[in-house]
Amino acid sequence: MSSPKYWREIPQRYRLEAGKCKKCGKIFFPPRLICDGCKSREFEKINLQKEGKLLTYTVIRVAPSQFIDQTPYAMGIVELNEGVKILSQVADCDFDKLEIGMPVRIEFRKIFQEGEAGIICYGYKCVPV
Amino acid sequence: MRDVAIIGVGMNKWGELWEKSLRDIFTEAALLAIEDAGVDHIDSMYVGCMSSGLFVDQEHLSSLLSDYLGMGPIPATRVESACASGGLALRTGFIEVASGLNDIVLVGGVEKMTDVSVAGATFALSTAADQEYEVYQGITFPGLYALMARAHMQKYGTSRKQLAQVAVKNHFHGSMNPLAQYPQKITLEEVLDSVMVADPLRILDCSPITDGAAAVILAPLDLAKKISQKPIVKIIGSGHSTDTIALHSRNDLTEIKSTERAAKIAYDMAGKRPEEIDLAEVHDCFTIAEICVIEALGFVEKGKGGPETEHGLTTLGGKIPVNTSGGLKSKGHPVGATGVAQAIEITKQLRGEAGERQVKNARVGLTQNMGGSGGSSVVHIMEVV
Repeated sequence: MSSPKYWREIPQRYRLEAGKCKKCGKIFFPPRLICDGCKSREFEKINLQKEGKLLTYTVIRVAPSQFIDQTPYAMGIVELNEGVKILSQVADCDFDKLEIGMPVRIEFRKIFQEGEAGIICYGYKCVPV
Repeated sequence: MRDVAIIGVGMNKWGELWEKSLRDIFTEAALLAIEDAGVDHIDSMYVGCMSSGLFVDQEHLSSLLSDYLGMGPIPATRVESACASGGLALRTGFIEVASGLNDIVLVGGVEKMTDVSVAGATFALSTAADQEYEVYQGITFPGLYALMARAHMQKYGTSRKQLAQVAVKNHFHGSMNPLAQYPQKITLEEVLDSVMVADPLRILDCSPITDGAAAVILAPLDLAKKISQKPIVKIIGSGHSTDTIALHSRNDLTEIKSTERAAKIAYDMAGKRPEEIDLAEVHDCFTIAEICVIEALGFVEKGKGGPETEHGLTTLGGKIPVNTSGGLKSKGHPVGATGVAQAIEITKQLRGEAGERQVKNARVGLTQNMGGSGGSSVVHIMEVV
């Protein structure tokens, strides 16, 4: 992964920075330049709350090459308290105890590492509460 | 707009075609279509291809393929919408003929997926998902559809066995298609015991990696009636819609809204209702996809896709046979070619040329092709005239 491609997503991956439409209040993660609802172009920067619930989940057993050393790992779609949905790994969990609707919180974690000389890629994962 | 007909179809056996290049598999299918149509030239062509750049390091396919087809300076255009590239190429060709800009238009699709390793193919396919907010997190395509499957099972009680039945049915159909990559029949037990890929989806819930091409020839209906020696298949409806490419941004994870919207446009244009469709080719990239799609197309009520599949509604001999070609699951899924091959199966069925897998009295057929986890969908409806 090139440095610019990694660096420009850091506000979202490290701090869950989102854009809140100043006109209609809709929240976008990642931020956008135009609201798909009211078409306003004015946004307020907010940090998403780090709590939510699991809407669905799976356990990845055949992974992309940069994730092979982590298999098997759980992933899910999380609805955060503000209503924004994100996709992330579900870390520190017992696969058999995963359940739709279970409360989770978002933590800052290492996502993967690109070989010995590559970038260590960080971001968010969720963990059961 | 002029009425548009399909007057020729061409396709070779799909599979792991290591001895053949992308340009050769495309040219073979295109020549078969030109011969089947009985035309001596084409005015322009469209090629659906998702990712020749990542699969064989080759872009600029439009000119390369028109050159190797011996059609030299004709205008040629590549169309890309991930796994819906072929269906979208068909729609683009349809619009060109309907507009009156050109008469004889070739629509092809091609993907050469086995020149790279499985990891390379997995990466290329993953570019159909949101790179920064899905793929970065570690998701795969089986994973995305597994997330949909889990949500569908929770909301509607769809069972693991019902998912498996989609694969069993499509391999049963594919066993009657000599061009299918995997024409083997499989059993429920084999699906349920196959290797887990992304819970609850197993390897036999997934469509394979395939090399293949497909081509059709389009012409205005009036001209088709003069030159065609075969039953003429008219495209009576064409619909296209997009959605967020990130699955997590959708309101309901069990619904494929792009297909619902594309289908509504196509049904309205055709003046048909779902009950008037005799057979359909749909995008069963994973077993759960076929269940969600037959619901989105209105063949069954929301949530009934699983039970109705189990009861044989969509099996050959049932009320609305789905994927008589074997679908992506058994016939194979060379992504850019899939949408065009769906139109070939419907054309053969409507002409009465489908042999052992012929649907009796088939007059109206539908194709549904989608990209990614449903970020794009293209639906066509065809009728024999």
